[in-house]
Amino acid sequence: MKAAAAPVLVENLTVCHERRPAVHHLSGQFTPGSLTAIVGPNGAGKTTLLRALAGLHKPQQGRIRAAERVALLPQASALDRGFPIGCLDAVMLGLWRQTGPFRAVAPAGRAQAEAALQAVGLRGFQRRPVGSLSAGQFQRVLFARLLVQDAPVILLDEPFNALDARTAAEMLALVKTWHGEGRTVVAVLHDLDLVERDFPQTLLLARDPIGWGPTAEVLTAANRLRARQMAEGWADEAADCVDRAA
Amino acid sequence: MRGPGGLILDPFLDYGFMRRALVGCLAVSLAAPPLGVFLMLRRMSLTADVLGHGILPGIAAGFLLAGLSVPAMAVGGLLAGLVVALGAGALSRATGGREDAALAALYLCALALGVALVAMGGGTAELTQLLFGSALGVDDAALLLMAATATLSLGVLAFAWRPLVLECFDPSFAQAVGARGGAWHMVFLALVVLNLLAAFQALGTLMGVGLMMLPAVAARHWSREVGGMVYAAVALAAGASFGGLLLSFHADVPSGPAVVLVAGLLWAGSLLFGPVEGVTARLRRRHLAG
Repeated sequence: MKAAAAPVLVENLTVCHERRPAVHHLSGQFTPGSLTAIVGPNGAGKTTLLRALAGLHKPQQGRIRAAERVALLPQASALDRGFPIGCLDAVMLGLWRQTGPFRAVAPAGRAQAEAALQAVGLRGFQRRPVGSLSAGQFQRVLFARLLVQDAPVILLDEPFNALDARTAAEMLALVKTWHGEGRTVVAVLHDLDLVERDFPQTLLLARDPIGWGPTAEVLTAANRLRARQMAEGWADEAADCVDRAA
Repeated sequence: MRGPGGLILDPFLDYGFMRRALVGCLAVSLAAPPLGVFLMLRRMSLTADVLGHGILPGIAAGFLLAGLSVPAMAVGGLLAGLVVALGAGALSRATGGREDAALAALYLCALALGVALVAMGGGTAELTQLLFGSALGVDDAALLLMAATATLSLGVLAFAWRPLVLECFDPSFAQAVGARGGAWHMVFLALVVLNLLAAFQALGTLMGVGLMMLPAVAARHWSREVGGMVYAAVALAAGASFGGLLLSFHADVPSGPAVVLVAGLLWAGSLLFGPVEGVTARLRRRHLAG
């Protein structure tokens, strides 16, 4: 079991996306073992922040200090879902840290991947090409890959989007298991009811941080209104920074 | 040999140049189609075209300086191809992935420049040979280039298989786990250039890309896994090489178009009768369902 031992620290962070500042001057920390939702209006920089935490965007300013290994669940729409790869092979890509580009997958790794497929309810799907899966089944494969990665810090980008109710509930149960194991989990989410019910911590982002702390204190009516008002001001903003993909 | 068997085997039994061309094309068939499969999966089929045309000005420059000498043309083509590969990558980054119009412009310019250079230094015969290939053009140096390229490409593919698959399937994940997708991608593009270059003596610069892409596109209808697609593409390309050289011999057409025509026929056949999303397979399924 991989409990997180160190916080993920964010210091005066500014990140750009497509030549616009997407996250402004964010400071704070995801404490070890915390379960945090990142919410905010469209274009608020939620995904950009998550990708920066995963090391995919270089900060324009400030820095991120993550002492431990970070695993990312990308938005399903960012992947080539028609790619000709079998489910087990897709899950075994999560063993990259052990295999690297060249080494063979050890029998133990293979068993681990098979167990992960079983844990997400895809027993018997080993040889099935991912192209033949439903959106929900595909997301289960990505969750299985996360299981195999076994990282102390887990970042989820809209993990329950476009899922049927049953899959969403089962994946949420997995997230809670990770929380119970002491891993640090951060998820970008839209469903505020879900956040209020199941996520103890919330970061409300509207490019600038509006609030970061216990969910009930952050998701107040006043804060939500402020986030909406800030979003209305973005339309006429000039491009004033350089996108620096890592 | 008499009869239909003679039509198929005699050209190769009687003529050394046909044997050389066959061996060379089979070498290209081993290495180019797997690269084509990855290009197709990355939606970079157009890039293959651009690189195919992009090597022409370099080959033409080599031809101007040294005549029909394989080493001179190969070096020129390699340099030009690498420049175009880097240029295409830069265009892709500058346009945020919407580079198709700029790429089309690039390959038209490269083609025009190449043809103009060849015309300055030679006649129609040389132009036809460089653009469309000639079985007679496969000399020892060309054969060596083809065999060496195939060996190198298969070696690199065997090593880089996992990073290439990961980079196609989920580039964000590849970046997050530090798979160095970008570096592998450059190695991959260099291999594409090298293979197009190896193919050009036998198939011509315009047609070489056909033996890379058509079997790859056809292979989609034979397997649902990358590995299976690669095997299918190699088999189809080998068949196209064999059939195409025969067609070229009997119908007296340049070898490049002949091989690519046969590859095109195999693609059409795969589209109609292939087990994976082939037309008849789909109709049969609908029939069973209805």
